[in-house]
Amino acid sequence: MSRFIAALTAALALMAPVAQADPVPSDWPSVLAEAKGQTVYWNAWGGATATNDFIAWAGQQVQDRYGVTVEHVKLSDTADAVSRVLAEKAAGKDAGGAVDLIWINGANFAAMKQNGLLFGPWAEDLPNWRYVDVAGKPTVQSDFTVPTEGLESPWAMAQVVFYYDTARLTEPPKSALALADWIAANPGRFTFPQPPDFLGTTFLKQALLGLTKDPALLQQPVEAVDYDAITAPLWAWLDGITPSLWRSGRAYPQTGPRQLQLMADGEIDLAISFSPSEASTAIANGELPDTVRSFVFDGGTIGNASFVAIPYNASAKAGAMVLADFLLSPQAQAHAQNPDILGYGTVLAMDSLTPDQRAAFAALDLGIATLTPAELGATLPEPHPSWAVKLAEDWTARYGVAH
Amino acid sequence: MRIAPVLTVLLLTLPVLAGLAGMVVPAFGYFPAIGAEHTSLAAFRALLDWPGFGPALRLSATTGIAATLLSLMVTVLILSAWSGTRAFHWIERALSPLLSVPHAAAAFGIAFLIAPSGWIARALSPWLTGWDRPPDLLIVQDPWGIAMVLGLVAKEVPFLLLMALAALPQCQPNRSLTLAQAMGYGRMAAWLKLILPRLYPLIRLPVYAVLAYSMSVVDVALILGPNTPPPLAVQVVRWMGAPDLTLRLTASAGAVVQVGLVMAGLGLWRLAEGLVLGWCARWAADGRRLAQDRLARLAALALAGLSAGAIFAGIAGLALWSVAGPWRFPNALPDLLTPGHWQRHGAGLIEPLTETVLIAAAATAIALVLVVFCLEAEQRFNLSKGRGAMWLLYLPLLIPQVAFLHGLQMLALGIGADMGRSAVIAAHLVFVLPYVMLSLDDPYNGWDRRQATVAAALGAGPSRVFWRLRLPMLLAPILTAAAVGFAVSVGQYLPTLLIGAGRVQTLTTEAVALSAGGDRRVIGIYALAQTGVVILGFAAAIGLPRLVWANRRGLRGAA
Amino acid sequence: MTAGLILDTLTIHLGNRPLVSLSARIAPGAVLTVMGPSGIGKSTILAAITGTLAPGFRCRGRIVLNGRDLAGLPPQDRHVGILFQDHLLFPHLSVGGNLSFGLPPGTPDRKAAIAQALAEIGMDGFAGRDPATLSGGQKARVALMRMLLSEPQALLLDEPFSGLDADLRGQMRDMVFERARARNLPVVLVTHDAEDARAAGGEVMSLG
Repeated sequence: MSRFIAALTAALALMAPVAQADPVPSDWPSVLAEAKGQTVYWNAWGGATATNDFIAWAGQQVQDRYGVTVEHVKLSDTADAVSRVLAEKAAGKDAGGAVDLIWINGANFAAMKQNGLLFGPWAEDLPNWRYVDVAGKPTVQSDFTVPTEGLESPWAMAQVVFYYDTARLTEPPKSALALADWIAANPGRFTFPQPPDFLGTTFLKQALLGLTKDPALLQQPVEAVDYDAITAPLWAWLDGITPSLWRSGRAYPQTGPRQLQLMADGEIDLAISFSPSEASTAIANGELPDTVRSFVFDGGTIGNASFVAIPYNASAKAGAMVLADFLLSPQAQAHAQNPDILGYGTVLAMDSLTPDQRAAFAALDLGIATLTPAELGATLPEPHPSWAVKLAEDWTARYGVAH
Repeated sequence: MRIAPVLTVLLLTLPVLAGLAGMVVPAFGYFPAIGAEHTSLAAFRALLDWPGFGPALRLSATTGIAATLLSLMVTVLILSAWSGTRAFHWIERALSPLLSVPHAAAAFGIAFLIAPSGWIARALSPWLTGWDRPPDLLIVQDPWGIAMVLGLVAKEVPFLLLMALAALPQCQPNRSLTLAQAMGYGRMAAWLKLILPRLYPLIRLPVYAVLAYSMSVVDVALILGPNTPPPLAVQVVRWMGAPDLTLRLTASAGAVVQVGLVMAGLGLWRLAEGLVLGWCARWAADGRRLAQDRLARLAALALAGLSAGAIFAGIAGLALWSVAGPWRFPNALPDLLTPGHWQRHGAGLIEPLTETVLIAAAATAIALVLVVFCLEAEQRFNLSKGRGAMWLLYLPLLIPQVAFLHGLQMLALGIGADMGRSAVIAAHLVFVLPYVMLSLDDPYNGWDRRQATVAAALGAGPSRVFWRLRLPMLLAPILTAAAVGFAVSVGQYLPTLLIGAGRVQTLTTEAVALSAGGDRRVIGIYALAQTGVVILGFAAAIGLPRLVWANRRGLRGAA
Repeated sequence: MTAGLILDTLTIHLGNRPLVSLSARIAPGAVLTVMGPSGIGKSTILAAITGTLAPGFRCRGRIVLNGRDLAGLPPQDRHVGILFQDHLLFPHLSVGGNLSFGLPPGTPDRKAAIAQALAEIGMDGFAGRDPATLSGGQKARVALMRMLLSEPQALLLDEPFSGLDADLRGQMRDMVFERARARNLPVVLVTHDAEDARAAGGEVMSLG
C-alpha cells in the first residue's frame, strides 16, 4: 500500500508545475517589480473585528502603493494554514501553494521551521528592518526562544495583562499567589481559555514563571531539565484553585474572545489577555463597560512578538515580502498601536525614527484601560516552545478530561 | 442519460472511499511529508494513551444515541398525535423553516438562550430569581452533553419529520386510522400500533443519517458540547490542527476509530430495532385501546412548540444582538439599539454572499441534472434502485466528515484539482446529491405514469413527455429539492475550508472564523445572513410554482 | 390488408406465470367489451396494446392493427388512443393546450382546429380555461376530443365512464361510441359495468 502511494505521489509530482525561481530578498527593486500585480493570500486569525479591519486597511495601502492585492483568509485557527501547507507538501505540491503569508508565532512557527515548511531567510533583508528594535526587544529575533533566522518578520509586540471591572473589584490580585487567595474568596468568578488554546497555555506559563524558584530554567527545552520538580508548585497551585474556578473548573471558555464575552456578561470578574490595549479597544467598541481597567503581575509578565512568515511553496512570495515590509513601516506601526484601531505595541525602536515619525507615536492616546510602558513593567521572556506543548498536554491530562 | 446513474454512483462513492483511504494510511504511520515512513501502530497507541480517550468515546456514543433517540421519539409523538389534523398543518409550517437554519447558527442561538447569562435568565432576573449577576451554573457545555443533545434534537426533529411526511402517503394512514378509531382505539394508539411499523422501514436510512451525524458532529459540539474532554470528533479536529505535526497521525487514528464507532452505533441501533419492533408487534396485538390520550397529545404539541420555539427564540436573540449597543446582565433588552454593526460588516458580507450563492447554485444545478436524469433513466430503462443503491446514496451521510475530508483534500491536491471554486463545487456535490435525490425520488416516481401512457397514445415520444409534461408538472417538487440542495451547500464548512484552501470564502467559513472570536454581534449578523440566504431559496421554491402556475389549480396543491 | 384490430392469442405473463389470455378480432367501428372482476388483468391487456406494460410483465401472441404488427413498436408509434376514468388532463396546460398536445404537428391553423373541436363538444370559448376548473363531464369531453385529434387508429377505454353520474354517463357513452363509429375505429372497452357493455352493443368477453 505504502509503495503504491509513494509511486502515486512520485507520478503526481512529475505532473506538478515547474517551480519558478524564488525572488531574491536582497534585491529589493526586483522584489517590488515582481510583486506588482500579485495577489497575496494572508492567512490570519479572523476572530476579532479590530484585526480584520486593520488587515483590510493594510491591504488597501499596499494596493495603492505597490499594486499588490491582499486577500485576508480568515482562520478560526492558525493551525488550519499550517495544515494546508503540510497537506500540499505531502501531495508534492512544492510550488503554487495556497498560502502566501501566515500570521504566526510560537509553537506553529517552531513546527513549520522544523519541518522545512518556510521560505527564507528574508525578514532581515526588508528595507524597514533597520527601524526594528533588535537590541531593546530581543523577542523580535527569538520566537519563544527559537531563533527566527530571518524566516519570519515581526510586526507587533504583545504582553500579558489582566483586565478587571473596577465596579466589581477594587483591589486586583497582583501575583499568582494573591490570585489564588482571591479565587478562594470569590469562587466561580475567574477562568481562563482552555489549554491548548494559545492564551490559556500562556496563563499556565505565566503562573509557572511566578511560582517556580528558577525561571531561567524555562529557557531550556523541557527534556533538558527536571520537569517534574520545576512544575510541582504549578500543579499544587492549580489543584488549589480549580474547584473554585468558573463552573468549578468543569467547563472553560474555548478562546480569549469567548472569555471576553463572559466578562461582558458579568460571569467573571477578571481575565487574562495578550494585548495590553484589548480592554480599551473593547470599551471603544461597546463590548466592555468603561469601568474596566488593566493590570499586570508585580513580578512582570510574559511578552512576545507576533510575526508573519512565508510558506516554502507560496505563490506570491514577492508580494508577501512587500506586505511584510509595509507592516514594519512607521506609518503602519503607528496605525496598529492606535487603540481605536488595534492597540498593538510597536516593534520599532523610537530612536531609529525621524522626529516626525516619533511624533506620530507620541500623539497616540493609548486609551483609558491601557497601561503606560512604565506601568507595564518588565517583560518576561517566553519559555522554550516545548514548555507550551508539555504544559498543555499535562494540564489536559489532569484537568481537561477529568469529568 | 444512460450514464447518469453510473456517474452519480461514482460521484458519491469515489470521493468518500478515496478520502477514507487517505485517512487510514497515516493512521498506520505512513505520512512522508512529516518524515513518517514506517507503518506502525504507534498512532493508535498514542490515541489509547490519551487520558480522555475513554470518556470522549463514551461521550460521542451517548450523546449521539441520545440525540437520535429523542429526535425520533419527538417526531413519532408529534406524528401520532397530530398528523392529518389541521393543527398538524400548523406544526409543519412552524417546523419546516427550521430545516434551513444552519446547525452552527441554531447552536449559537440556543447557547445564548439557556446560558446562565442568557436570555431566559435575563428575562427572569432579578425580579424572580434575585440574580443581579449570572449564577455560576453549569448549563451550557455540561460534561454530560445535555445542552448539546438538546441542540441536536431541536435541529433533527424537523428533518425527521419532513422525511416521515414524505414517506407517510405510502402507508395510507387515513383509512387505517379511521378503521382503528371506529374500533375504539385512541388516535395515538391507533397510529403507533398500525402506521409506525409501516413507516419506520421507510425512514430507516434518514434515522441512520441522524445517528451518524450526531455521533460525529463538530460545530454544534464546539458551541454547546462539553470540553473536558470533548467528543471524539472534536478532538480529532483539534489534533488535525495542532502545531505538533506528529499529532496528525493520532488524528488519523482517531478518525479511523470514529468511523468504527459510528459503524458500531449503527449496528447497535439495528439490533435494537429488531427487539423494539418485535415488542411493538406484541403491543399492537394486546387489544388495549388507550382511548384517553388527550394529555399525551398536548404533550406532543408542547414538544413541537419547544423544538421550534428554542430555535426561533435563539435566532431572534442573535438578531437582537446584531443591532445591540451595550447589553448587560440582567437587562432583558439591550440598553441601546444601533445599526453600527451592520454598517461595519455589511460591505464585507457581499463577497462571501456572492461566493456562497454561486457555489450553492452551481452544485445544486449539477446535482439536479444528474438526479433528474437518473430518475428518468430509471423510468425509461426500467431500472430500479435496489437497497444497495440506497445505501450508496447515504454513504456520504453515514461516514463522518472528519474521517474522509482530510484524505479527500490530499487527493484533490494530488491531482492538482483544488483551491478553486470549481473544486469546492465538486466537493459540495458529494453532499448535495444525496439530499436532492432523497427529496425528488418519491415525487418523481409518484408521478402518474398513465399521463405518459395518454401522451404516448397521443403520439408523444419519451423526450416530449419528459420536457413537456413531466418536468413542468414536477416543477414544485424539483424546486423544493433544489432548495434543499442549496441549503445543504450553504451549510458546508469543512469541505469548503479544506478543498477551497481557505481561498474560497463563503458565509459559513466566514461565520465560523468570526465565531472563533465569540462576539455575539458579529455572529448574529453572519447567522442571519446565512439563514436568510437559505430561507430565500425555500421561499423561491414555494413561490415560483405559485407564480408560474397561478392559473392552474391542479398544480397548486403540490406547491 | 385486414382492417381493424386483431388480438391473436394474446397472452400476458407475470414472470413465468400466465395471467390472462384472449383472442379477438375487432372490425373498424366495432366494440369489444372485456368484463371481469377487478385484479383479473383487464387493464393489463390495454397496457399490452398501448405498449406500456409495467416491468415484469411480458406479452406473447400478436397484436395487429390495420395490418400493422404492433410488436416492438414504441407506444408513440402505435397510433392507439386510450381514455381512463380520471380523464388525466395535463394540469399545467390550458384546455386549448391539452387539445393542442394531441393535434399532430403540421396541422394548418391549429387555433381554428382547436376552436372547432371545442365547438364540436359544446365547449365554445373554453380554450384558455384551467382544466382544474372544469366539471367532470367537461373534463371527459376534453379528454375524448384530445384523443380524437391525435388521429388514432384504434380506441381503448379503461372504465372511462365509471366516474360520471348516471345522466352524464349515458351522454358520454353515446358521444364516444358515436364518434368511434363515425371514424371507423375499432374499440376495446374494459369495464365491470353491465350497462356499459349493453350500450357498447358489440361482442362481450368475460374474463375469470
